[in-house]
Amino acid sequence: MALTGVLRAGFVQFRVLEMDEAINHYVDHIGLDLVEKADDGRVYLSGYDEFDRHSIVLREADAPGVDFMAFKVAGDADLDAFEKRITDFGLEVDQVAADEQPGVGRRIGFVLPSGHRIELYAEMARSDNGPITENPDVWRDDPRGMRALGFDHCLFYGPNVAEVCRFFTEALDFSLTEMVETPDGPIAVWLTSSTKTHEVAFVDHPDPGKFHHVSFVLESWNDVGHAADIVSRYDISRDVGPTRHGITRGQTIYFFDPSGNRNEVFCGGYTYFPDHPTRVWTPDQLGKGIFYYEKELNDRFLGVVT
Amino acid sequence: MSECFTVTVEESGAQFSCLDGERVLIAMEHQGLKHIPIGCRGGGCGTCRVRVTGGRYRTRKMSRAQVSEIDEQTGYALACRLIPESDLTLRLAGDGPGV
Ligand code: FES
Ligand SMILES: [Fe+2]
Repeated sequence: MALTGVLRAGFVQFRVLEMDEAINHYVDHIGLDLVEKADDGRVYLSGYDEFDRHSIVLREADAPGVDFMAFKVAGDADLDAFEKRITDFGLEVDQVAADEQPGVGRRIGFVLPSGHRIELYAEMARSDNGPITENPDVWRDDPRGMRALGFDHCLFYGPNVAEVCRFFTEALDFSLTEMVETPDGPIAVWLTSSTKTHEVAFVDHPDPGKFHHVSFVLESWNDVGHAADIVSRYDISRDVGPTRHGITRGQTIYFFDPSGNRNEVFCGGYTYFPDHPTRVWTPDQLGKGIFYYEKELNDRFLGVVT
Repeated sequence: MSECFTVTVEESGAQFSCLDGERVLIAMEHQGLKHIPIGCRGGGCGTCRVRVTGGRYRTRKMSRAQVSEIDEQTGYALACRLIPESDLTLRLAGDGPGV
C-alpha cells in the first residue's frame, strides 16, 4: 500500500437546530442515505458511493456548528504512532472508546491551535448500502436529490493558521497543496493526505472553532447545475455559485442547511501527488482564487460561519 | 386573504411589508432590500441579529450562541427566524450575543 498513515477525511459530527428539517435537507435534497437514528438522538448518514458505514453525524443542539472532524488512518498501530507524534508536537491527546459511535473503533482526539477538535480512527464497519464490488453496477438504487457521492472535506475558520499547517504537515504527514500567503505568513491553507486537492482547509479568523462549510462530492459539472436547480426549486438558502474556484479548480455551489451551516457540493479539481509543489496565492489575487469567474469575494462568504 | 404587517427599521426609517407567517429577513430580501444584513437565513450565524423595539412577534428556534436567553427576553432576535404578529419596529443589533 503506497498510501499510509492518515488516509482521508472520514466523518464529521456537527450540530443542527431541528433534526427533522436537517434530515429532509441532507437525505432528500443532498441525497445522502439515512443509516441510523441512534437512541442518544444522533443521526448517522452516508453517501451511496462510500464503503464505510457513515460519514456525517448530526446532533440536535441549541446552536449549530461543528463538534469535530475525524480522519481515517490505515491501521490500529497508526493510532499509537500518531498519539506519540501529536503529544511530541505539544497537543494533548485523549481517548474515545470503540462504539462511542456505532460501528466505529477506538478514536484518539485533540484540539488544534485553531480551536477545532480533530479525531483519528482506524476501523469502521462497512456500509450496508455501499458500492457493489462484484460486477459492479454504478449504483444500487437511483441516486436522489443532488446525487452526492459522499463526504469530501471541511473548511474551518479560526486563529493560528500557520501553526495548524505546521501541525498537519509535521505531525500527520499531510501536504500543503495551496495557500494564501501574506508577508506575515499564511492566512489560508489547503491540506491533503491523499491525491485529492484537500481533505481539510483552514482560513484565518479571530474566533476559534468556527465551521465554514462541509463539502460533498458530485460526479460532474452537470450535477452541480442539477444541484443549483434543487436549491432554487426547494428554496434552499443559496450562498454563491454555481461557479469555479481558482484554488483547487473545483466547480462548485454553496448554500446553507436549515440551521445555517454552510454546505458545498462540487466536482473536479486536479490530482495531487506528494512530489508536487505548493501553489501560492497572493492576497491581491484572492478574489480570483476563491471565485475564478466573478474574481471578487463577497462579504457573506468571508464572514458568515457557525 | 392573509394579513400583511409593516416592518420599520429604525436606523434608516426603511419600511417593508411582511405577510402573516412570513419571516422578516426573507420578506425583506424578496422585496430587493438590504436594510438588514443577510447571512445564512437559518438562525445560525447571527448576521441578521436585531432588537425588536415595538410590536408583537414569535420566533423559530435560534442559535443560543447568537441570542442568549436574556437577549431573547429583552427583544433580541434573528430576523431570519422572526415572524411578526403585528406591525414591528426594530434596530440592527449585529454586535454579537449577550449585549
Ligand atoms: S442570516 Fe444567519 S442567523 Fe439570520
Ligand atoms: Fe470546499
